[in-house]
Amino acid sequence: MRRLLLRALLPAITPLLLLAVWQVAAVRVDNRIILPPMMDVLHLIIHPTEDLLSMGSLLSNITISLARVMAGYLLAVVLAVTIGITMGYYRPLFRTFSLFFALFRPIPPLAWVPLVLAWFGVASFATLAGLEYGLWYMYLNNLKISMVFIIFIGGFYPVLTSTIQGVQSVRTTLLDSARVLGAGEMAIFTKVLLPAAAPAIVTGMRIGLGVAWMCLVSAEMLPGSLSGIGYLITHAFTVARTDVVIAGMISIGVVGAAIDFIFRFFEERTFSWQRRSR
Amino acid sequence: MAMKNGSILEIAGLTKNYCAENGSIVHALQGIDLDIAANDFVCVVGPSGCGKSTLLRIMAGLDRQTDGVARYLGKPIDRPTPQIGMVFQEYSLLPWRTVIDNVGLGPEFAKVPKRQRLLLATEFLQLVGLERFAHAYPHELSGGMRQRVAIARALANDPDVLLMDEPFGALDAHTRILLQKELLSIWERHRKTIVFVTHSVDEAIFLADRICVMSGTSGRIMEMIDVTMPRPRERSNPFYGQLAERILRMLEGEVVKMGVL
Ligand SMILES: Nc1ncnc2c1ncn2[C@@H]1O[C@H](COP(=O)(O)OP(=O)(O)O)[C@@H](O)[C@H]1O
Ligand SMILES: [Mg+2]
Repeated sequence: MRRLLLRALLPAITPLLLLAVWQVAAVRVDNRIILPPMMDVLHLIIHPTEDLLSMGSLLSNITISLARVMAGYLLAVVLAVTIGITMGYYRPLFRTFSLFFALFRPIPPLAWVPLVLAWFGVASFATLAGLEYGLWYMYLNNLKISMVFIIFIGGFYPVLTSTIQGVQSVRTTLLDSARVLGAGEMAIFTKVLLPAAAPAIVTGMRIGLGVAWMCLVSAEMLPGSLSGIGYLITHAFTVARTDVVIAGMISIGVVGAAIDFIFRFFEERTFSWQRRSR
Repeated sequence: MAMKNGSILEIAGLTKNYCAENGSIVHALQGIDLDIAANDFVCVVGPSGCGKSTLLRIMAGLDRQTDGVARYLGKPIDRPTPQIGMVFQEYSLLPWRTVIDNVGLGPEFAKVPKRQRLLLATEFLQLVGLERFAHAYPHELSGGMRQRVAIARALANDPDVLLMDEPFGALDAHTRILLQKELLSIWERHRKTIVFVTHSVDEAIFLADRICVMSGTSGRIMEMIDVTMPRPRERSNPFYGQLAERILRMLEGEVVKMGVL
């Protein structure tokens, strides 16, 4: 019983300590631009639907950001899994394209910004759909192509790398035994490669979503952005509202951690066969 | 060869070269000739690395030979076919599928409807005495049980020929002897042709009608030995020991030649 209590308390120790240090330091610094009191920030987080800096609430900005991340991320997953499975399975394709992808991978998503702006400017998915007014225009105009592209770049590589690695590490005995049982190429893909590589793919998807989420602030600093949690933070900084900056940072952290947690939970449940069949 | 008429597998002048990492050529098989009659139980023994797996993989249609030909019922083997089944040493069950779904895999590839597939799979699970574990996952089974499932899975495809590459190699001695007896009883009831690779001379003598002894240095067949001892074979039979002694001496010479000892 005491052990159980201890296990529940352990993860809470560092955040509580941090809050205490923050509170003490804020009182001593006594400057709300350098370090606002903890209670101010806490107030913002406890009331997430309150309008901030006439930019909408914390919650509505997070929702907009999530929509952007999801658009870029889903695109990245679909492309990376398809390319990854074919590249992982067909050696010649792997040899042909691995250098190409290796050259682009080290480029940080942020370094794409100038090029992406030159290409897409402030065009949004509403422009793509040919909309100029209405409800859908309002939604889609928030999805700037340039932002989605930056997020796409961030999410693409983790998924691609782990899909290739997952497919390449499928035991040849599994493939061979399927072949001698009469499996055609299509059955090899859907009944052996995909399920065998699924744990690696999902791990890549989890990491990819994390990276995509981290690209958010850089994407939302692009011109044409007037909303989103990343923009809220940069805007709050220019008007010296450090409490909003910190509240925004904390929300990014909490949402990111929640996404990670959900993914891990799903991984544990679905792929227990992998852990136990060593 | 004398038994040309009844032969189900014919191998003539089979040669396989591999290109090693350092660029040199490995002669895994050199001019192998072998005829296997229908319903025969042939064991292949030889030192590690002499080309046993290579030979079996070519017969299964998984690898292509450099030269020569392997025929099944007169037709060259150039790809895997459901008539030629194969059991591997280990790790061949799909770990995310239950036992019954693993056994039904061959019929599933052949697009047999689900209900019929389940009936088939259950029948073959019963054959290896594992119907109680139909809904277990491979990692919940012992090594011996997994190999039983692998055998049931190969049989569920109703192949004419069963190729087995050291299927009992990773099992403990007791389980191994148990499975040898089960395999013989299945073979006697279902009349399959079996080509069984093993590095255990004892296992080969217990199982085989004919033993193919391979040379370690040249990728050739050193000798074909007919085992005429009546079945079920007793390990206490003096012929058993004499034959084992003779084969072991041949293999020992090979290992010395390979410079392993
Ligand atoms: N894919 C491969 N590439 C290069 N050499 C190989 C390959 N497969 C087997 N060999 C070589 O061919 C020879 C025979 O191998 P194998 O048939 O696996 O022997 P065994 O099953 O009798 O132990 C060995 O020398 C091995 O190193
Ligand atoms: Mg081998």
